[in-house]
Amino acid sequence: MKVTVDPIGCRAHGLCADLLPEAVRLDEWGYPVVASGPVPPGLVAEARRAVAACPALALRLRKD
Amino acid sequence: MTILPPHHLDLAGHRRRNGVVPWVAYHGEDGRDRLIEAVAAADLRGRGGAGFPTAVKLRSARAPRSVVVANGCEGDPLSHKDAALLTLSPHLVLDGLQLAAHAVGAGEAVLCVHAGSPVLPSVFAALAERDDPVPVRVEEIPRRYVASEETALVHYLTSGDARPLGKSPRPDERGVRGRPTLVDNVETLAQLALVILLGPQHYLSARRDLVTVTGVVRRPGVVEVAPGAPLTAVLAAAGGETEPVQAVLVGGYGGTWTSDFRFGVSGIPAVYALPARACGLEYTAKVLAFLAAESARQCGPCMFGLPAIAADFAELLRGGPSTARLARRLPPLTGRGACAHPDGAARLAASALQVFGADLAAHSAGGRCRILERVA
Repeated sequence: MKVTVDPIGCRAHGLCADLLPEAVRLDEWGYPVVASGPVPPGLVAEARRAVAACPALALRLRKD
Repeated sequence: MTILPPHHLDLAGHRRRNGVVPWVAYHGEDGRDRLIEAVAAADLRGRGGAGFPTAVKLRSARAPRSVVVANGCEGDPLSHKDAALLTLSPHLVLDGLQLAAHAVGAGEAVLCVHAGSPVLPSVFAALAERDDPVPVRVEEIPRRYVASEETALVHYLTSGDARPLGKSPRPDERGVRGRPTLVDNVETLAQLALVILLGPQHYLSARRDLVTVTGVVRRPGVVEVAPGAPLTAVLAAAGGETEPVQAVLVGGYGGTWTSDFRFGVSGIPAVYALPARACGLEYTAKVLAFLAAESARQCGPCMFGLPAIAADFAELLRGGPSTARLARRLPPLTGRGACAHPDGAARLAASALQVFGADLAAHSAGGRCRILERVA
């Protein structure tokens, strides 16, 4: 599983970086920079929570 | 073989020069297969800048009632090759458009150019002479830089909004009004026509790419070069340098600076030769300001990142210490937008910092250029 961002939908709320700091950091303008590798199995549940919490529905979890 | 004729060709002139498409050889479903196989055998790649194999694109857009879009917008200010082609040899593009429409089974073909483009009279005159199986509609696209990006064209033709749509779904899955859509640059279509008119073997041995050459060359304009030709050969095709050249911008405004003139160019729409007496940082700062202003303002990294790096370059010119900030800012601009616009700006900026070390040192030492003369 991989975390991705819909760049057009994203409004820089930043919840993803709060909820999933292991895979998401914010750039200087508050937009997420996601780790390129797969989400470690132990973090998948957290990743799902972060995806559900995104107010813009711009965070996604994709099978890679 | 040369692609561009010296003067505008009407239909009869085009047929005399380039021949007639052998439609009978490509009849029916088997014929579509043979057509795409010929394109694959000729190793044709997209001439819009991305260089993607055209046969792969044709195969994936093959679907009932799909749409073919010819992209003749040419938003890059350094590129004029598509305009030259549509002005001098519009029928070659239209032959290619009909062949592509046949290959994917399209019922609809759209030729896109920028609103008010000077190529319109030539295009309309050519269309009036033809009686094509797939009707061609001409659409005038807003004159903005990213409006002619592939997904932006599809978005505009569907909704009237010429902003990029993002990476998925691809136009070949869901394009214009939800239909599978093939978007090809007009030169790609002209090259496709040549593959069929000449046959893939003859095409492979004779093929030439169109490249716009500007800057300090004797005959600025559109030249034809063998794929992979070194920059020295590209500059020579435009008459050679009129004065010492410091570096060449390869690939237009979102391209790469290089001072290695043995650098082989392939799939490049435009090169610009910067004279040694001009400041590379100053030229780059102007281009970055242009690119920042042309953002579609949809994606954060582009909307905020491009003005930031343009400001960093302006600061470099004043002798400010922004190189460390640029080194931090440039890498995360790549791969994070809905289109490749921020990637191109980051590539341009990073190559400028590498190539213009002398200009950089002069500016940071005294806040002013080692060069006194201004070159636009």
